[in-house]
Amino acid sequence: MSGEAREEILARIRRSLTRGRLSAARETELRELVAAHRRNLIPARAAALDDPDRVSLFVAMAEEVQTTVARVNSPAAVPEAVARYLAAENLPANLVLAPDPSLDDLPWGARPLLRIRRGRAEERDAVSLTPCFGAIAETGTLMLISGAGTPTALNFLPDTHIVLVYADQVVATYEDGWDRLRAAGAMPRTINLITGPSRTGDIEQRIELGAHGPRRLHIVLVDDRQKAGDGEDK
Amino acid sequence: MLPTSRTFEANARAGLANPILQRALALMQSGFPERRRLAVGRLPEFEALREIGKSIKNHTLEHLDFYLELFEGKVLASGGQVHWARTPDEARAAVLQICRSVDAKIVTKGKPMIAEEVGLNECLEENGITPVETDLGEYIIQLRHEPPSHLIAPAIHLMKEQVAATFRADHRALDPERSLAEARQLCDEARAVLRPRFLAADVGITGANFLVAETGSSIIVTNEGNGDLTQTLPRVHIVITSLEKLVPTLEDAATLLRLLARSATGQEFSSYTTVSTGPRRPGDRDGPEQYHVVLLDNGRSTLLGGEFQEMLRCIRCSACMNHCPVYAAVGGHAYGWVYSGPMGAVLTPSLIGIADARHLPNASTFCGQCENVCPVKIPLPKMMRHWREREFSQKLNPPMYRAGLSLWVWVAKRPALYHALVGLASRALGRLGRGRGRFRTLPLASGWTVVRDLPAPEGRSFHSLWVQRRKGETRK
Repeated sequence: MSGEAREEILARIRRSLTRGRLSAARETELRELVAAHRRNLIPARAAALDDPDRVSLFVAMAEEVQTTVARVNSPAAVPEAVARYLAAENLPANLVLAPDPSLDDLPWGARPLLRIRRGRAEERDAVSLTPCFGAIAETGTLMLISGAGTPTALNFLPDTHIVLVYADQVVATYEDGWDRLRAAGAMPRTINLITGPSRTGDIEQRIELGAHGPRRLHIVLVDDRQKAGDGEDK
Repeated sequence: MLPTSRTFEANARAGLANPILQRALALMQSGFPERRRLAVGRLPEFEALREIGKSIKNHTLEHLDFYLELFEGKVLASGGQVHWARTPDEARAAVLQICRSVDAKIVTKGKPMIAEEVGLNECLEENGITPVETDLGEYIIQLRHEPPSHLIAPAIHLMKEQVAATFRADHRALDPERSLAEARQLCDEARAVLRPRFLAADVGITGANFLVAETGSSIIVTNEGNGDLTQTLPRVHIVITSLEKLVPTLEDAATLLRLLARSATGQEFSSYTTVSTGPRRPGDRDGPEQYHVVLLDNGRSTLLGGEFQEMLRCIRCSACMNHCPVYAAVGGHAYGWVYSGPMGAVLTPSLIGIADARHLPNASTFCGQCENVCPVKIPLPKMMRHWREREFSQKLNPPMYRAGLSLWVWVAKRPALYHALVGLASRALGRLGRGRGRFRTLPLASGWTVVRDLPAPEGRSFHSLWVQRRKGETRK
């Protein structure tokens, strides 16, 4: 059925456009156009910024949509920042950690009260922590990709999602994110562009956080380019 | 879903007389347009992006056969499958066959509009499969057995009291004494009720805001995260979508994404934009084992090359209905089918036929706001006029209307007679209405005066003033 439908739909399209199949030369041209990944107009908001300003814009845009951000000076400070956030939010110190090797070397042992499980998200997980693939300054957007070490449901099932971002992962635009992705190789099954916690306006247009996904989205931003004393939690 | 567009006039009267709807619509008018205005104001490139968005879509439509084949090849290469469907019947059959192949009992859905267009829920239910809508608004109207009244806010016609009553009637296992006075409580209850269904579902069905030819990916844009739970947790992910959602590259998708959220909700970006490519990869610990794309035509291919081709640029943002005075007065249900507002007034006749939908392109003040805010510059008023022409040439209007219009045409083609009659009428009406400056009632014009006054003419027509002024100028 589908094969016959396919041929008929393509034939109808060509009939409506009053032409036959495109010539081989034209098809080659279009293929080259696609492969060139030509950028359209890029807004100046983020593209015109240098490094530190780009990170500041990312943080400002993220906070605008109720993402919370804690800055630390070094990866070694991450477990403490996580523990402090959970305590401040009155959340249990149970954490499911993405089974990604990039999180292996953080000194979790220094915070023995954090109970940590590694793996994919399960129904009862309240808090997850994941790495990210990139962060987009333009709109304060996180870019997460699926993979063996980064199962997708970690980004959606738990009530609280904590994301580890390194300052050098912050790019200006979505297009910069696509370039990073292409440089890394094959397309993952899933790319999640996440901008703030889950929300809905479906009842009387009142924005409520935590519709189906996380109620809280928290970023721990590792910025080791900052001067000492500058890197306290915001 | 059987269209009731034929009875638009009665539907609209019911909408105007519905106090709950009127309260909800007033809320909408003070919300969406203002938020869009602020978001657009923050992006100086917005106007230029509209023009580019338009040309991306035009280019894709002109080469749609090429990009569809490219897309299909990439989906297959990433381990997914594509099912082409000429008609709603074929689309339903494709989805049903996939569901049966995995013996599905529960299917979660992430607000795919194409599923509404093909009447998927009824089909699944008839075959013993339970569809569960997971978008909060869509879930509410599923419980109420209503169609969506808005593209992105399907329950926008309700106030929280109706939602609370609906939940009480359906969620019988919960404490009847519980408070459901606040939106927060309603959201929490829906979240708690739906969570186990996400986990139990065998198949997850989403739509697609965009399909990317370059990578064979589908993109969904949501705020709740329901679409992501829908497509991540079950064994099978079905994308039910239509031909015109295609764009060539991720770069093109990025441009359109910059337009979409700002035009829709006035957000800089929606909470979740998700790009899906094929099923889970070796080593992945979650994600669906199967990835299917059901591609619906349903007459879209025949719109290409004609006066309605531009409608296929639509990215379903809802800005046109959010800014439409007719939609704001009568609500989405009056339009009688899946799509409402100006985009529905143009698209619905294409999909269900002008005979059934002839009222919709007439339900417009031609104020032009829809075209002004459209992120891909679709000339909606012009296309409504095209439909009105077809309505007339197919003799679908009532005889009195046609006779009146024919008479007007006959007179208008005779300038001397026309000016004489217009002069006579404007002098007479001008003299009659001099006192008040307007008419409350007027014979033969009650259709107008029953809901508003008719301003009295100044006594002279524009044409006669124009002629006089030209004479004056030549004298100088």
